Formats: sequence, structure tokens, C-alpha cells
Amino acid sequence: MASLLDVENLKTYFKTEYGLVKAADGVSFNVNQGEIIGLVGESGCGKSVSILSLMQLIQSPGEIIDGKIMLDGQDLRKYKSNGPEMRAIRGGKMTMIFQEPMTSLNPVLTICRQITESLELHLNMDRLAARGRAIELLKMVGVPDAATRIDDYPHQFSGGMRQRVMIAMALSCNPMIIFADEPTTAVDVTTQAQLLELMKDLVTRQNTALVIVTHNLGVVARYAQRIYVMYAGRIIESGLSEDIFGHPRHPYTIGLLHSVPRLGERHGTRKLIPIDGMPPDLINMPPTCAFLPRCTYKVERCQKEPWPALRAVGDQHYISCYVDIREK
Amino acid sequence: MPDKAIVTPPSLDAMGITAAPPRRSEWKRFARVFFGRRLYLIGFIIAVIIILTAIFAPLLAPYDPIQNELRGKLQSPSWEHWLGTDQLGRDILSRIIYGTRISLEIAFAAIFSSAIIGILMGLAAAHFGGWVFTLIMRVTDALMALPGIILVLLIAGLGGRGIPVVIFALGFGGIAGMCRMMCGQALSVKQNDYVLAGRAIGMSNWRIMLTQIFPNAFPPLIVGLTMGIGGVVLGEAGLSFLGIGVPAPNPSWGGMVMDGQRFLLDNPLLSLAPGVAIMLLVFGFNMVGDGIRDAIDPKLRGVL
Amino acid sequence: MTAYIIRRLIIGLIILLLVTMMVFLFVRLLPGDPLMVFMGNLRGSAQVSTMGPEEHDRLMHEYGLDRSLPVQYWDWITDVFQGKLGKSIGIGQDVGALIAERLPRTAYIGFILFVITTFGGILFGIYCALRRGSWLDNTITTIANIGMTVPTFWFGILLIYIFSYKLGWFPFFGWVNPFEDFWDNIRHIILPVASVALGGIAGMARLTRSCMLEVMRADYVRTAWAKGLRERVIVIRHQIKNAMIPVVTVLGGTVGAILGGSVFIETVFSIPGMGRLMTTAIFDYDYQIVQAATLIFGGIVIFSNLIVDIAWGWLDPRIRYA
Repeated sequence: MASLLDVENLKTYFKTEYGLVKAADGVSFNVNQGEIIGLVGESGCGKSVSILSLMQLIQSPGEIIDGKIMLDGQDLRKYKSNGPEMRAIRGGKMTMIFQEPMTSLNPVLTICRQITESLELHLNMDRLAARGRAIELLKMVGVPDAATRIDDYPHQFSGGMRQRVMIAMALSCNPMIIFADEPTTAVDVTTQAQLLELMKDLVTRQNTALVIVTHNLGVVARYAQRIYVMYAGRIIESGLSEDIFGHPRHPYTIGLLHSVPRLGERHGTRKLIPIDGMPPDLINMPPTCAFLPRCTYKVERCQKEPWPALRAVGDQHYISCYVDIREK
Repeated sequence: MPDKAIVTPPSLDAMGITAAPPRRSEWKRFARVFFGRRLYLIGFIIAVIIILTAIFAPLLAPYDPIQNELRGKLQSPSWEHWLGTDQLGRDILSRIIYGTRISLEIAFAAIFSSAIIGILMGLAAAHFGGWVFTLIMRVTDALMALPGIILVLLIAGLGGRGIPVVIFALGFGGIAGMCRMMCGQALSVKQNDYVLAGRAIGMSNWRIMLTQIFPNAFPPLIVGLTMGIGGVVLGEAGLSFLGIGVPAPNPSWGGMVMDGQRFLLDNPLLSLAPGVAIMLLVFGFNMVGDGIRDAIDPKLRGVL
Repeated sequence: MTAYIIRRLIIGLIILLLVTMMVFLFVRLLPGDPLMVFMGNLRGSAQVSTMGPEEHDRLMHEYGLDRSLPVQYWDWITDVFQGKLGKSIGIGQDVGALIAERLPRTAYIGFILFVITTFGGILFGIYCALRRGSWLDNTITTIANIGMTVPTFWFGILLIYIFSYKLGWFPFFGWVNPFEDFWDNIRHIILPVASVALGGIAGMARLTRSCMLEVMRADYVRTAWAKGLRERVIVIRHQIKNAMIPVVTVLGGTVGAILGGSVFIETVFSIPGMGRLMTTAIFDYDYQIVQAATLIFGGIVIFSNLIVDIAWGWLDPRIRYA
């Protein structure tokens, strides 16, 4: 089955006063219909930039330099970012949920208006029908008293509720893919769990693909079927969720998993080991592997050869590393 | 398992690989943003020139600014008098040069006094809250209910003539604005945890205000102060123009404009030249204020 | 919404009251013989300094100056509410009538100025923000920066020099009743309006531009783009509406600034309005007029602020449902 979304060698660079920042430097991944994908990495690794690039929401001084973005067979890079084709796709076939529920909604418009905007635009509904659908959507995402609260303003909702509204907006036009950029980072842990369950439930029902972008491994462990790990603008490991968590093969992923406590481990079994060093400066990137300064598994070859290409180490399991690490 | 200790081999150093991005000096960044924009740079230079002119006025001015020379009155510009003379034969250029002193002295004195009082009031309102806050807010509301010029006019006009009155009037008019600005800033700073921490270790009210709240709330006010200089200069010029500002024979720019209106046909420069001087001064200091504001704005980091 | 309006109304009245007290105190606390102060201008003071003690006491009693301050205040306030603004000793005219004659002229010019500076400034500001960095933006911003430094009275004189002296297009000064000769009135007010409008539009444009730029960076605007809306829709429905909020809040101050400006242009152009009344009264130490005029100015500004507050509440639901 052909992928729903196929991203090949995406390169998005930013021309800043300090130099050229290669935020996404050859990112490739794909998403199948109805899948839940995790895009994981620390702050600044380029994951947000990558999905913003897909939606063509990158603004100056950033620019998509290279890459192919195929959605359902269409090459999105052919379209102008504000042209009618791209606008129909954005918000219609591909939608996005942002991180900050507190500021991502327009304070002077009612919730109803903000949802019906999309419905009127993409589904050609008239005002009344759109309103009805909006109320349905609010009910679906679990907003109590939906019929009354639909006319409220964003500031009258709590953070968790606002994020539910964002989810409703993202689902409203029955998109093919939803990108969720750190959807739960700004809310408390209980709400986090509720929102994630809600999202999983809804996308499964509608067979929508979901790409969760996060730095929080716990979030994707439970819900994602496949995971991509990013570092310094590139994908360094990808595979099925159980493979990534069960036997990670890239030093970075291994480091990440070691630095996170696990439920069920007996107290005192092992120390939490953080990864030494700091993320690299994306402006002056060396030609070799970017993780090298922090890597504890490095060999001779790593210091001489360029950043390794992805190679298979198992069924659908790829890493960008020269070393074969066997975890006990 | 390999050894956990990380040592960067010399070969990596040679390739220029560092583990962390380089830190950029705060002052350098400030200077870069501030002097980066041509406009701010020009404004800064103008402001410096004007301040220097004020300081070195006796050396720069070719003639005595208040010496009447009735025989040579209302001359057009010439080599002896670059801008011509006024209705009492005084050299216009010299009067403008000496005028920088008057304008700057009054401006700095007025801004300084309104700043001190306004800042104290604002700090008090923000810190003590309650009825103090309400009282100060309503009083400043009342003060701001009158158009600034009217208020200044009232005080200067009815309080007698003379430079001290002018300073008092202009300073008084600026208090409300300073107070409000300081209060707003202090309130948002108050939310911060370090203020709570200070209280937790038993700092007295005054100490908290002086050492915690003020230093953090103040920087944005620097912009307001610098812009305020322009406002005060315009205000003083206006007062002098109406005849209730700096008294004759002092060379005040506003007064010169007033004098000149009657003699527009004879020597228009009498009215027009001082206006250009006013504009330059206000522009210079406004640009400095803008520059400072942009340079300390964290959101503009890395963006121009 | 009504609760909000009532709240603002009450605060407005309180402030108005404070302003009256301020004005009252100010005049009464001036140094010198209260009778001299009260009797107004130089001529009056000259009279006072020469009169004998019985005459002095009699007049003090007649004007109520020998009563305590609060009582004086009360008397004065009740008079004001009955429309009796006092009698100008200097000019010998009823102050109320004077103001009634002059206020409409200032209001007329003020209104025209308000409309021009508000609409002009906002339109320029929005355009410059949307086409940031363009040639037109840079030009307008530069003009705006310079425009804010221009002293209005000086600019008026410059305009007179160019357009009245050199070109002869407009009259030098004066006022013509618009109901008698509309077009001649327009000819007379073009220069005065132009002198104040420059600075006004400049300030408004700068503010609007920076408010728009701030809004354009906001998260909810990014959300709007992510929904695939057209640029025009985003600009109007999402950006402008939000950007106007801080802009509207300064409109009250704009009214104040225009009133203040009236003082200068009426002097430069010899227009017999409230501004001129105020300045000549101050010059002549005619306290009755000064008192009443200040009250009127303050009242207008407070009223405008009230309107602005209501408009703000209407625009921003966060304020309405606080």
C-alpha cells in the first residue's frame, strides 16, 4: 500500500544574522493511512520545523531548500504556499494542533466562529449547518454543555479545554493527517493523559493519521505505532514502537532511554544517566556525525567519515550509525 | 560496555567541533542592535552633537546672544550672521546655540524631577496595593484627565514667570505618566518568584522595593525617559511661544518662534530656524529612545 | 456589558469630581490676597491694592471669600451644575456665554482633526505593517518619525509662510462662520488643521503599525494560517480586529492632545476658540475663565475616555466578561 504522506530529503534552512541554520537537513519519513507516528527529539532538533515545512507554514528567514513532499500522490512543493491548492490542503486535508492552547486561539472571536471558519471554507457549509457541526465536534472532544459554551470566548475556557477546542478544529474537516506539535506539553499531567486518549480515540474512529511531535518519550510510547527519532536536523533512528523501546540501536536513543526512569524498576536498581554534553550548534555543523562529541560508543570510523546514512538493522528498523550495539 | 568518561580527542578540537554553541556577549549585542540601524545611529550622533553644543556654547557662538544691537536688526542671512539677526539685532545663530543650554537644562531638570516622584509613587502603588494603589490611580487619572499642555499651561501661567516655574510645571505634568509606567512594570515584576523569595527571608518592604522590584522594573522606563526629553522640549517651546515660558531676554527657541511670527516677511529664519533646532533635538533623543527599546527587547534577538 | 458601562461611568464621575477639586484648590491656593486673585485681571488687582479695608471686607463677603474652603467649593460646584460658570471680572461678560460662543468653534476644528488623524493614521499604520520593509513603508515610517518631532505652532507658521505669503493660496488667519460661508470657512481652516494633523497622523500611524506587527506575530494568527484561510480574511478578521484594541485605548488621549493643540493653533491663526480663550485668560490672570475652561476641557476628556472605554469593552470580550 502506498504511503499517505511521503517526505523525502526535506531540507529547511534559516538565514539568520549568525549564519545559515540547517534546521531540517535531509529529513525523510512516511506516514500511512490511519497510523499514529511519533516524531521524537529534544528542543531544537528540527522536528517542529519539519512538520511546519510540510504545511508550508515556514516564513522568512526560513525556506524549504530541497525535498519531496508527497501527499496522497500530489507533490506539495509544486504549489505556492499561499496558492489555492495549498490552502485547500492546509486545514482541509492536513491540519495542525499547536503547543500553546493559551495563545493559539483568537481572543476576540467566539469558539463557534473559529470552528465554523474552517467548516465554511473547506466543506462549503452554510453558517447554520456549520454551527450544528461545531456543537457536535465540541461534544466529541468532551466539552461539557457544548451547545451553550459554543458561544463563549477563549478566555472563558481553561487550558485543557482550549486544547480540546484545538483538537475539535483539527478534526472538523475530516483531514487525512493531523500533526500535533507538542500537544500536551503546556498542560498538567492528568489533562495530558485525557487529551492523548481523546486524540487516539478520535483518530482511530475516523481512520485519520496522527503525527505526534514531542520530546516526551512517555507520550509516544503508549500511543505511537512507529517512531522517528531526530537529532540535529536529521532522523537518526526509526522503527516500530516496540523495537525502539525494546532494543534501541542508536547511541542517542539508548542514552535517552537510560536517562528516563521506568515504572516497575526496583528502587536503586540503576542510576539515571543523562547524556553528557549539549546539543550542537546548528550553524557550524561538522561533516561528521553530529552526535559524536557526546557519544560513548564511537569508533575510529565515526571520526573520519561523514554523517552515516540510514541503514537497516531489523524489520523496519533503521539507524544512522556505524556501530553495531547490542544491548543486554 | 565502553568507558563512560567523555574526553574530546585532540583531532576533534582541530576540526573546530565544540560541544556547546558560543555565548554572545550581552553588551556586544546591545551595541549591535542599537548602532546597527542607521536611524538610531544618526539620532545618537545628533543627540551627542546637541549636548556638546550646549556644553561648549560660549566657544561655538560667534556673538553674545543677549546683546542688543538695534542698528543691525532684522538682517537677512549674510557672512557675518549666518542666519541673520532678530528684531533687536541679536545674531540668530548664537541664540540658537545658547538655546540648546536652556532647552537641555530645563528638559533634564523636569524629566529628573518627574521621574523621581513618579517612580516613587508608582513603586509605592504597586508594592503596597490596596487603598494606596486606588488612591494613586485615581489621582493620576485626574491629572491625566486634563490634556497635558493645559495642565502645564495652568501651572506655568498662573504660578508666575521664570525658569524654575517652567521646570516645575513641566515636571509636574510628567509625573502621572511616569507613575503609571512604573506601577505597571512593578506589578508585573512583582509576580516573579524572586520577590516572593525576598519576602520569605524577611526583607523589609523598602529593601524589596529598592533591590528587587526597582532594578528589574526600571529598564523599560529608560525608553520612556528618553522619549520624555523630546516631549518636555516641545512643551517648553510651546510655553515660551505663548509667552509664559522662559522669559526674555533668554534665548529660548520657542520664544524666538513667537518673536518671529510678526516679522515673517523681514526674516523668516527668526521663526523657522529655531523650529528646525527643536526638531533635531527631539528627533535625536527619540531615536536614542527607540534604539534602547529595540536593543533591550529580548524578542528582537537575532531578528532585524 | 451594561455592568461594565456603569462601572466606567461611575469612575468617570469620580474623576470629574477630583478634577473639579483640583482646579478649585489650585486657584484658591495661589499666593496673594484672595480677593485680588478672585477679582481677576490686572485691572482688578490694581483696584484691590488701592481700596480701603472696609471695601475690601465688603467685597470679600460679597464674593463669599470669607467662608471656609469646603463651603466655597460647595457653592461653586452647585453654581456650576446650574450652569452659572461665573462672571469674568476682566471682560465683564458672563463666562458661560463666552464659552458657549467659543466652544463650538474649537469643537468643530477638533472634530475634523479627530476624524482625519484617526482614520488617516490607522490606514497608514495598517498598510505599513502589512507591507513591512517596502519602499512605501520605509518612507511613511520615516515621515512619521520626523512628524512626531515637529512643534505644531512652528509648523503652522511654516505653512503660513509657504502657502499664505509665498503662494497666496490661503488666508493668513482668522475665522469665518461655516454656516454663513462654508467654503470660505474651509479655506481658513485648512492650514490650522494641516499643522496639527501631521503630528497626529504620524503618532497614530506609528502606534497602529507596531500594534499590527505585534499581532501578526501572534500564535493565533499562526493557527489561522494553518487553517488555510486566505490572507485577506486573516488580515481583517484576525489581525486588524485585535490590533485595534490597543489603538482604540489611546483615542481618549488623542482627544486630549487635540484639545491641547487647539491652544497653539488658535494662537497662531488667531481663531477665537476655547484655546485662545484659555491662553488670554491665563495671561490676564482672569481666574474665573481659567477655572471654567479647565473644567470644560477636563470634562470633555473624561467623557471621551468613557466612550473609549465602552468601545474597548465592545471590541475586547476579555474586558467585557472580566
